This record gives sequence, C-alpha cells and structure tokens, in this order.
Amino acid sequence: MRRALTAVAFFAAALVALGFLALPIVAIFAHASPARLASQLSSPVVTDALVVSVETSAVAQALVLALGTPTAYLLATRRFPGRSLFVTLVELPLVLPPAVAGLGLLAALGRNGLLGSSLDALGLSIPFTRTAVTLAVAFVASPLYVRQGIAAFEAVDPSMVAASRTLGAGSTRTFFRVVLPLARPGLAAGFALSLARGLGEFGATIMFAGSLQGVTQTLPLAIYSEFDRNFDAALAMGALLVLVSAAVLLTLKLSVQWTPSRQSSRSRFALSSWS
Amino acid sequence: MDTLEAELALPLRAFELELTLAVGGTVALVGPSGAGKSSLLHAIAGLVRPRSGRIALGDEVWLDTARGVERKPEERRVGFVFQDYALFPHLSVRRNVEYAGRRRADAYLERFRIAHLADARPGELSGGERQRVALARALARDPAVLLLDEPLSALDAHTKASVRSELQQLLRELGLPTILVTHDFEDAAALADLVGVLVEGKVRQLASPQELVSRPRDAFVASLTGANLLHGVAGPVGDDLTAVRLDTGETVYSTDLAQGRVGVVVYPWDVSVARIHHEDSAMNAIRGEVGSLVEIGNRVRVSIGPIAAEVTAASAERLELARGGCAVATFKATATRLVELG
Repeated sequence: MRRALTAVAFFAAALVALGFLALPIVAIFAHASPARLASQLSSPVVTDALVVSVETSAVAQALVLALGTPTAYLLATRRFPGRSLFVTLVELPLVLPPAVAGLGLLAALGRNGLLGSSLDALGLSIPFTRTAVTLAVAFVASPLYVRQGIAAFEAVDPSMVAASRTLGAGSTRTFFRVVLPLARPGLAAGFALSLARGLGEFGATIMFAGSLQGVTQTLPLAIYSEFDRNFDAALAMGALLVLVSAAVLLTLKLSVQWTPSRQSSRSRFALSSWS
Repeated sequence: MDTLEAELALPLRAFELELTLAVGGTVALVGPSGAGKSSLLHAIAGLVRPRSGRIALGDEVWLDTARGVERKPEERRVGFVFQDYALFPHLSVRRNVEYAGRRRADAYLERFRIAHLADARPGELSGGERQRVALARALARDPAVLLLDEPLSALDAHTKASVRSELQQLLRELGLPTILVTHDFEDAAALADLVGVLVEGKVRQLASPQELVSRPRDAFVASLTGANLLHGVAGPVGDDLTAVRLDTGETVYSTDLAQGRVGVVVYPWDVSVARIHHEDSAMNAIRGEVGSLVEIGNRVRVSIGPIAAEVTAASAERLELARGGCAVATFKATATRLVELG
C-alpha cells in the first residue's frame, strides 16, 4: 500500500514537472496561428535581428573552433603545473552571470578599459559594434566547446596515438588522421551546445554591445525590445529560436548515438552533465 | 639480419625496469602483469623515454642517452602489434593496413586472408580476424623489428591454438628480430627460441624453453613454466640423494643436492596417479583428495592435494577418479627438482 502511494507520488511529481517544462513551449505556438507567425518573419525588425544573429554567430563559432580545438587538445594531453587552474579558467564563464561577463568585457575592451587606450591608438572602438556582439557570444559560448573538447580528446585511447606513430606517422598526421576523427563526435556535441548557447546570448551582449536594430540587435534582444510593441513579432522570433534549439538538440543526440567507435564512450558520459 | 640490442633503465611506478637484451631471432618475455613487459616494448618503439640506455639495430642507433641520440617513434622501423590490437575504429580494414603506405597493402590483405574483409570496420571483426589485421598493418610498414604485446591474450581458447601455429610459421618465414611479451609460458615456448622470465623489471632467467623447464633458476621461474611447487626443508641422505621434509608433513626424495629451505618442483606430466600407494615403492608419493578433474582433449588434468597431474582419459576412467575421492600422486626422485625460493 505504501509502495503504491510512493509510486503515485512519483508519477504526480513527474507529471507536474514535465507539464511545467512543456507549457511555455506549447504556449508560444498556441498563441498565434503558424500563418500569423510566419507573416511576422518578414518584418524589418525580425530580418535585421536574424542577419545580426547569423553573422555574429558564424564568426564567433568559427573563432571558437579555430582557437578552442587546439586549446582543448593541449589541456587534454599535456600535464603541466597550473593545468587545473587553466581548466578552471576555461570553465568560469559557464557559471559567471552573463551581466558580469558583459561588464568584464566592457572593463577590458571599453574606451576606458584595460586595453581601451591601446585599441584607441589603433583606431579601434569595439563596444556597441557588431564585433562586440561576436566577442560576447564567443566569451559565453566557447567554454561549452572547450570543456566538451577536453573530455573528447581525453577519451581517445592513447594506444591509437601510439599505433599511428609506430606506423610511421608524425604527430601532425596522427592528430588529423586519428585523434581528430576519433574525438569528432564529442567535439560536434560541444559545438552544438556552444552554438545554441551563443544564439541565445542576451546579458553580456546587451551590456557590451547594446541593442541597436540592424547593428547589434540579435534575435533574443529583438524579442525583448518587441514584446511590448509587437507581441506577434516577438512570438515569431521565439518560435524560430525554439525550432533552432530543438534542431541543435536533435543533432546533438544523433551525433552522440552515431559514434563510429567505442572510443567515444567516455565523451558520451561527459556529455550527460550538459545535456 | 641485424641484431637488435637494447640496454635500458626505465623507472616504473613501483620499481625500475632494467635489462640488457640482444635479439636475433624471437625472444619472448614472460612474467606476471605489471612486470614491465609492455613498458619495455614501448621504450624500444620510442613511445616512452628511458632514464638512460642505448637501443640499436645493427649500426643504426635509435637511442643513446649518453650521446643525446633519440629517434622519434615514426623513425624507428618497428612493427608493433598492440595488446587488443589498437586498430583504428574509424577506418576500414583496408585503410588500417594502408595507413603506413599503400604499396604493399593488397599483398598483405591477401596473405593474411582478410581481403574479403577490406571494407569492414574493426568493430565488425572477430578476435582472430582483428589479430590478422593488426599483423598485416604492422608488416605493411615494412619493419626491421617486430614487437608483439600479448598477441594471443585477446583470443578465446579455440581460436588461440590455430592462431598460435599460424604466428609460429609467420615468425619463422619473416626471420625478423622479434620481441614478444606474454604472461603465458606455453605461448612463449611455442613461439620463441629464447624465453626470458621478467619479474619486477629484471630478467630472472633467459634460456631456451627446454632449459627453463629442465633447470629453472628458482621457484618463481618453475611455477611460471607450469610446474607444481611444494615447500620444504632439504637435507642430504647419501647416495646423491636429498630428502625434503615438506611443510605438509610428507617426505620426498630428489637426485638434486640442496640443504635448508627449498622449493620442490615437479611437472604435471612427470606425475603418475594411483588409487593406493605401495610402501615398498621407490617413488615419491603424496596422498590427497581429488580436487578437480578437467578434461583437455584426450588428457585429464587432475589435482590431488597440492599436486596437479596429467593422465590419459583412459587411465582416469580406469582409476575411477572422482571429485572428493582419495588418490595418490607419485613421481620419481629423478623428476623432482630442488630450487631456490625466489
């Protein structure tokens, strides 16, 4: 009898929790008909925000890949004093409030910031430009990729590297032909998380880049500025982001499932703390 | 053919690996896990750096810490077959074999009868097939030295027998200096001309398999080669005969000379089994309970008290051996070796 009661209580709790999580998503699509939402997608606010979001995300994520991959590899494979300090440094932006991240970026790269005068001398002014959006996105999103990347590289069986070397391949060839392909599912998962986090970036961007339509106003910022002016436009952008997020999550799940090898089993485990 | 000479010192977790080897034919190193066997192969391949040492193939020096010479792994001509084979899981069998070079890949796919598996991924192969891919891949690199790390341990008993004889033939045909490490003395004896017993980073005894069996240096070497090992105190009884009072109470005789605490070594195939012991017999005898009966082919492995013996299936039946019953293990004084306790 008591066991039955416990079971009922668990099911009830799960029902409430799942309902609570699903409700806002359902509400976005239920509020207006798909046709009405679609018609909003061509309004200038929406198209401008879409362009800013796509462009800044593309540049930011390219930076994340180009700089984050070697960083993750070094942190995964080298043992040196202060390594755990560096790993913590990489993880810090994950737990940092986005507003603080934006503040930090301003304090570092703003006109009166740490590097402000040197940038000024070069004729560069970063705050409230599209570059600022890109940097804010890269700052908050890259730790997700690097952290996942470290786990993915650590999971590559060292005997694979050893085998490649004894077969006559140098360390560069070994990295591109063995290590990278084996770490790819984990890296792809990290990249998907980074992409999703970057597209949703709000706090750091509004602090460091402001919200100028057509210049620095990304989709989340446009949602915020439109929701009391044109609720339908805000909903349309919201629906779009829901779809993109769902697509990212789905890709992530599939890439983890379709790993070509058993080597990635550890990175799969590491992923569970993020997904 | 060049000789591979290795002399090195390499600190491991609990002890230092320290040895000198000259390898012409096939040398097997046998020892318990953690004895430093794999570390030795990694050091020769250049995958770990010894604290000091010299490794050379003929006049080609791969490592000389005194002169600051150290070749990278890719510059040492080794064919390395890893434990669990370390096949690249993301590449097909063909790509695995081609990894070191496309030129000879087809010939090796044919030679190792894996051409029909060329497009398969390693994950789809059986243990025996994986082993053949690993060998083909290592040889496609055109090595001057072969390093085999537990090449048979990943195989089930059925596959192992046939793979072992194939490997035996292959090593003979290749005629490369080969170092093979294994924890199984039978594999070592079947594949190598010389067998070294490695314990805690040092070679205890390096000899032909026959010599290791007939003249084990100490109790550890003897037990590793599959002998029964009993403990006792020895004292001479004249006539070139030594009596050993075993810790379990019985007395056995040996034609070896020794005094004090010794290990008594008897091989299973030198042990006969009887139901009752005739007191007038000159044979050593140990009475005990039949603990296990394992049939292997037409032989039966019987354990009688502390002694393992091998008898034919027919005599096992004639003796009506049964678990829990009593039997006597007998063996000659000439087949009883006395060794230092190692």
